[in-house]
Amino acid sequence: MCCCESGFNHTGQGPSTGRLLRRNKDEADVLEADGLATIRGERLVFAGLSFRVAAGGALLLTGPNGAGKSTLLRLLAGLGRIEAGRLLWEGAEALADLPAHAARVAYLGHSDALKLGLTAAENLRPWGTRAAVAAALATASLAPFADLPVRLLSAGQRRRLALARLALRGARLWLLDEPTLGLDAASVARFGTMLARHRAGGGLVVAATHLPLPLDAAATLELGR
Amino acid sequence: MKLFLALLRRELALALRHGSDTLAALLFFVLAAALFPLAIGPAPGTLGRLAPGIVYVCALLAAILPLDRLFGADFDDGTLDQLLLSGLPAPALALLKAAAHWLTTGAPLLLAAAPVAVMLRIGPAALPVLLLGLLPATLLLSLLGTVGAAVVLGARRGGVLLPLLVLPLATPVLIFGVAGTDAAAFGQSPRPHLLFLAALFAAALPLCPLAAGAALRSAAE
Repeated sequence: MCCCESGFNHTGQGPSTGRLLRRNKDEADVLEADGLATIRGERLVFAGLSFRVAAGGALLLTGPNGAGKSTLLRLLAGLGRIEAGRLLWEGAEALADLPAHAARVAYLGHSDALKLGLTAAENLRPWGTRAAVAAALATASLAPFADLPVRLLSAGQRRRLALARLALRGARLWLLDEPTLGLDAASVARFGTMLARHRAGGGLVVAATHLPLPLDAAATLELGR
Repeated sequence: MKLFLALLRRELALALRHGSDTLAALLFFVLAAALFPLAIGPAPGTLGRLAPGIVYVCALLAAILPLDRLFGADFDDGTLDQLLLSGLPAPALALLKAAAHWLTTGAPLLLAAAPVAVMLRIGPAALPVLLLGLLPATLLLSLLGTVGAAVVLGARRGGVLLPLLVLPLATPVLIFGVAGTDAAAFGQSPRPHLLFLAALFAAALPLCPLAAGAALRSAAE
């Protein structure tokens, strides 16, 4: 029932080899989990889970339903409770200061977390300046819908808006739960560019998915085996 | 602080966009208070004597009405996760919600209380004290209500649990608020009662957001 991948230390590779050659302290593993375990409703979801993600690296979480992919993502975001093990960010305890950890995390869950009554631009407003919001909407090709209530947008457009918020946060670690659900091929390709740019800037990606993601050179962590 | 204000502005924009939900508490307050003259008769002596109590009880019940959705909507659509990850500490989020609740429910109740109290034939000496007492009282109700709303978050039948949790906590507000107004009506000083209300508010202002923040964290887990 529980998955034990002790000693899993496949490191996601940065997209640029030049960076890897002069791998110094800054380039070392940024996110490190050591023997993580969590319990949900008296059920041990996973235990002894260890992995590392370097700057610019990506980790893909796979596994059957109920394997604990979403639970792990929430755990990494600091929204869950770690029963055992340690989570390190640049060598320091990641969850010691939750607001500080929140500032380096952008999380996209199953739900888009949008307010249907507000317009697309208003939904993004708290997370960025007016200009940044306009730019993020343009990148997601949602600019024509900026002043439309989200209620009128399609499921795929809402997902794109949620992805636009992700980029707006300027966070180093992206935690994505089925990010491409409901997206068309063009949007998935655009999302791939977004991911590549984020990783080229030293960002980290941890994603749970059943669909193929536009993510090169990602390490895979299979849960629930 | 900038983020706090941006999020508060968003809460208010949402409240305006869903105007009927926001108005419901206010209309409930006016309607419930309007039932009393019909039930106990319009005799000025009886009605005026009961007026402070009626206003306070109706305001208390009306303030509880929107609490169910205070965090409930955000919890259901995933916004609560985003708020917890916004970089604001959880107690600051709770304070934000309490402020939004007061601005959209407490302040309108305060404005409506004057005409309602006059309709209930309150004495001219008691009216200013009633309004003065309602200011800390509505603020307290928003703070206590935020704790209740955060605690029942994620619980089955939370909407039923909520009044059971908040109403007992709100009894001191009721007691000191009405006692102060009564004192003024009988020519005594309402000062000690109002000071008690202010003291309660001073204690609740830091404590309630802390408690609600802890409840929010555990609801997200």
